[in-house]
Amino acid sequence: MADTLFTVVLILAKLALIFGVVLFMAAYLVLAERKILGRMQLRYGPNRVGPFGLMQPLADVIKLLTKEDFLPARADKWLFLVAPGITAVTALLVFAVVPFGPTIEVFGRTIPAAVVDLNVGVLYFLGVSSMAVYGVVLGGWASCSKYSLLGSVRGLSQMVSYELSLGLSLVPVIMMARSFSLHDIVMAQASVPFLLLNPVACFVFLICILAESNRIPFDLPEAENELVGGFHTEYSGMRFGLFFVGEYINLVVLGSLMTVFFLGGWHGPWLPPVVWFLIKVLMVCGLFIWIRACLPRLRYDQLMNLGWKVLLPVSLLNILVTGAVLLGLGL
Amino acid sequence: MTATLIFYLLGAVALVTTALAIIQRNPVYAVIYLVKSIFALALIFYLLGAPLVAALQVIVYAGAIMVLFLFVIMMLEITPVSARKSSAPGWLSWTPVVLVALVLAVMTLLLIGLDPVAEQGIPRWHATPRDFGYALFNEYALAVKIISFQLSFAAVGAFHIGLTERRRARMEKDS
Amino acid sequence: MSRHVFRDIRGTLQPFWVTLRNLFRKPVTVQYPEQKQQLPERYRARLILTRDPDGGERCVACHLCSAACPVDCISMQATEAADGRRYAAWFRINFTRCIFCGLCTEACPTKAIQVTADFELAGRDPLKLVYEKVDLLVDHCGNDNSYNFYHQTGIGVTAPRGENPQETKPMDVKDLMP
Repeated sequence: MADTLFTVVLILAKLALIFGVVLFMAAYLVLAERKILGRMQLRYGPNRVGPFGLMQPLADVIKLLTKEDFLPARADKWLFLVAPGITAVTALLVFAVVPFGPTIEVFGRTIPAAVVDLNVGVLYFLGVSSMAVYGVVLGGWASCSKYSLLGSVRGLSQMVSYELSLGLSLVPVIMMARSFSLHDIVMAQASVPFLLLNPVACFVFLICILAESNRIPFDLPEAENELVGGFHTEYSGMRFGLFFVGEYINLVVLGSLMTVFFLGGWHGPWLPPVVWFLIKVLMVCGLFIWIRACLPRLRYDQLMNLGWKVLLPVSLLNILVTGAVLLGLGL
Repeated sequence: MTATLIFYLLGAVALVTTALAIIQRNPVYAVIYLVKSIFALALIFYLLGAPLVAALQVIVYAGAIMVLFLFVIMMLEITPVSARKSSAPGWLSWTPVVLVALVLAVMTLLLIGLDPVAEQGIPRWHATPRDFGYALFNEYALAVKIISFQLSFAAVGAFHIGLTERRRARMEKDS
Repeated sequence: MSRHVFRDIRGTLQPFWVTLRNLFRKPVTVQYPEQKQQLPERYRARLILTRDPDGGERCVACHLCSAACPVDCISMQATEAADGRRYAAWFRINFTRCIFCGLCTEACPTKAIQVTADFELAGRDPLKLVYEKVDLLVDHCGNDNSYNFYHQTGIGVTAPRGENPQETKPMDVKDLMP
């Protein structure tokens, strides 16, 4: 009985910790993105609220909470109200399997440094992240607005185009690590990160998670300058805030998955493992922000062409080559 | 005991949502109920000790096929069926937050109950992805080959149907 | 197509270098309430009514400015002094509507209405931005210190006929001499 209680308390504690850290990171990533984009465009970015604008996230939250919560006429009530929740929840749920450090010994037990170390962690990530598109799609459809509907249709077709390559780009990783568990995948990269062993898979994965995060150059469902706001055109107040926060939580989550799959997770010299993990995640997020400052948005058909005619064959070939090499090395 | 309870609960959810998917007039709602039913099925697979099948169920059916269904439905029907004027959100406005809390709580409970690391909860026969792969590519190798042949025929057929007249003429001229 | 491959690759990678370089440059932003930009002399913003060098009002209430105004923010009531000199009984500019286009100054024949560089017209009460003649009238000549409408063309009103600079004496219509 005491054993079960211990497990329950432990999992709840880990949940609370991760929830807090991820939300904090998401809030400050918004600020970091605005600051960095500003400097890249020779502006200052937000610098009014608090020193260097560090209280800006707080101000944003207060603004979002006190704004009018609006339901458009003829909107599908239930789906409209629920959709932002789906986006935020799926983004948070993925984090349950991400290991952010090696196993620790507490009271004579080994505890994985993740909420739970699933033995099908990779598949869990793929499954939950494929659910994320429902938030976008149902939100846009329920708004009963042309722009929102166009945004959600684009979201759907985008998702169909990249999801397959996303899954296939992870197959070589699983083949090299010989496990679906994220913890084992990180352990397999103790000496050399998979980025160096299989750069092609890493590149395909990077492009796919860019599409997964709905960011420039793949922000077709939002496309401010074509579709007003895309799927969240009709949202306001905290509901818009949930979409927004979900997007940035997703950024953190995808950054940490990139770290786990290709950058060697928490492995690194001199510094403690968790610090290494955070550094790598922030580097990936920084890369995302940098890409946003540089590239224009792709067109609808260009994205589908890229997904189906380039990324898919490349990742299939990559699986073949990786398999042949592994077989040849007798691994 | 707990496992049996969860099993019957999930079974009931699967049955009810499937029935609702059939009787719904709004096609988008029908798709959503079907997704819920698929989720319940996936959890049942997980309970029965086949995490790989559960994951594939969610990824392939809920994640890809239902998305295609939705895509087609959205192309067909532009306005939601509920044409009644909707009122302003009152206490309902916190539904998403409550939803977040509920799903997180349920996930936590499930993970505690079924935590494979804690090695407790429900004892069960366990089909690891490796076992699954061995079974698929040894015992059922022939079936897998036949199905993949069928799929490639289907792909070629779809390609043929999708060809426009001009491209067909050009391809015939080239060959 | 292959001709453009290198150009395209360069075009994709170059922005990364440009943005990285910008990251370490000083931003060009002027931090407004603390630092103020030196505006150009001919900047068009708040309107004023100027006076002629003798200290009289230049405005003759001809309504040309209100006719030229694209947003109809200028209104006035014309009236006449005892000596026949026209002036505005009241003159009103609604700065909540004014778009600072300066068309009124182009239209003004007496250089009475002029623009200034003062653009800071924010306020919480829109009615406080409706400027009356008292608020508009200033004690200087604006951008022309010598021009006096009535000395150029004012006929028989502020100056006797033929007394103005560059004006010939009035012709005696009953005389045969040229």
